[in-house]
Amino acid sequence: MSSSSKCEIPLTVNGEKYSVIARQADTLLFVLRNHLGLTGAKPGCLNGDCGACTVLMDKTPIKSCMILAIEAIGKSVTTIEGLRDAPIQRAFVEHFAFQCGYCTPGFIMNAHALVESTPNASEPIIEKWLESNVCRCTSYFEIEQAVKSVLAEKQASKD
Amino acid sequence: MVSFDFTYHRPSSIEEAVQLFASLQRQGKTPIYYSGGTEIITLSRLNLVFADAVIDIKHIPECQSFDISQNQLVLGTALTLTAIEETNAFPLLAKAASEIADRTARNQITLGGNICGQIFYRETVLPLLLVDSDIVIAGKSGVQQRPIHEVFQQSIQLQPGEFLVQVKMNAAYLTMPHVHMKRRKQGKVGYPLVTVSALKKGNELRTAFSGVCPFPFRSPKVEEMLNARHLPIDARIDYALQQLPEPILDDIEGSAEYRLFVLKNTLWDILTELEEAER
Ligand SMILES: Cc1cc2nc3c(=O)[nH]c(=O)nc-3n(C[C@H](O)[C@H](O)[C@H](O)COP(=O)(O)OP(=O)(O)OC[C@H]3O[C@@H](n4cnc5c(N)ncnc54)[C@H](O)[C@@H]3O)c2cc1C
Ligand code: FES
Ligand code: FES
Repeated sequence: MSSSSKCEIPLTVNGEKYSVIARQADTLLFVLRNHLGLTGAKPGCLNGDCGACTVLMDKTPIKSCMILAIEAIGKSVTTIEGLRDAPIQRAFVEHFAFQCGYCTPGFIMNAHALVESTPNASEPIIEKWLESNVCRCTSYFEIEQAVKSVLAEKQASKD
Repeated sequence: MVSFDFTYHRPSSIEEAVQLFASLQRQGKTPIYYSGGTEIITLSRLNLVFADAVIDIKHIPECQSFDISQNQLVLGTALTLTAIEETNAFPLLAKAASEIADRTARNQITLGGNICGQIFYRETVLPLLLVDSDIVIAGKSGVQQRPIHEVFQQSIQLQPGEFLVQVKMNAAYLTMPHVHMKRRKQGKVGYPLVTVSALKKGNELRTAFSGVCPFPFRSPKVEEMLNARHLPIDARIDYALQQLPEPILDDIEGSAEYRLFVLKNTLWDILTELEEAER
């Protein structure tokens, strides 16, 4: 890696290839928002606590405020802008699972990873995953209903 | 947002990492080993960490190892807490890992980072102390294996340029009866008020603590009192609590009195659970 603090960072985000010149110390959240204009992932606490900045890296949810952009080289990053009418997005609308909407992209990315990776998730598993995100408007009940509705749809289509 | 600049290095072998550290130091830099990076990034915002070069150890194959044989379990220090939980090779460690932070953060926090971090709870250390694990350390003088009791005394004791590669433990411990109880002031995520891990080796009860003092510990004196089976449980607990290595923590997470109350009840629950299982 070059010894100057800025360098070229090749990234794959939402299936598209980008190359940005950024500081090696820049977080993925900062680069997504300030270099790529992808402002869906939100800065909240910037401390790993709230989950507003959640994106997927190789389908695994991560908090983009506490990972470097340079660590994403060779990985596939998905942000809320990369989801196109995913079942969980529809379910959030149908279940009124947000009020101000600030936490929504983070919740959706985490919930999307959950329903895709664990379609038979039990109640404790759902609870454990959703604990990673904070909703200051307290839409927790509706969010849980939205997640459960997608899981139920997946079960029904399997039966 | 990290307020200062650093260079990022991604060695693919132990030797490369150690050499990089030495050569960066020779250039007058302040290098730091980087694993999950979550603490380095979040504490650097608060100016509690400084480095002008980070050496990411996640791409070193030995740091990602997961090997279980008849005699031994080997865990790479760059394994995430989610991986430790899901592989569940050592159920007590899996349980301790599964209670740290939250599910998404555990996809990033690593075993080595939790052992070596500044944030003093370091809850994965508790099971590792109970099973007398060994730590594989790389440094200038090569790779050595040392008992955890020697290298972890309140915090990890490393020479400059050394890093943790693996943790090894005797497989006989993995299935022994155990309990892990983490008590928080509220909610199901976050730092503990007190955490107690316990393991029974034959008739001997072993216990390790986090959140009680500003470091995790296992104490022979505390264990001696808890194992004084000729006494009733409440007397054993009272005597054990007189043997804590330092006065109990008194901070924003909980007053000393409250912590003591919770700790007493937690020990009571643990002793009754493990001893009732004998009957
Ligand atoms: C949201 C959140 C909640 C948390 N909750 C808890 C909790 O409930 N309980 C708890 O115990 N902890 C908790 N923590 C603390 C967390 O476990 C530590 O901060 C840990 O250090 C993070 O691991 P990491 O792999 O990201 O470390 P990094 O940020 O990579 O490193 C942390 C420190 O350890 C050093 N280091 C890392 N790996 C090695 C190695 N292999 N050899 C030598 N040095 C090394 C680094 O140089 C650095 O000084 C929480 C952290 C967060 C962000
Ligand atoms: S902004 Fe990343 S967890 Fe809060
Ligand atoms: S909808 Fe406002 S923070 Fe969740």
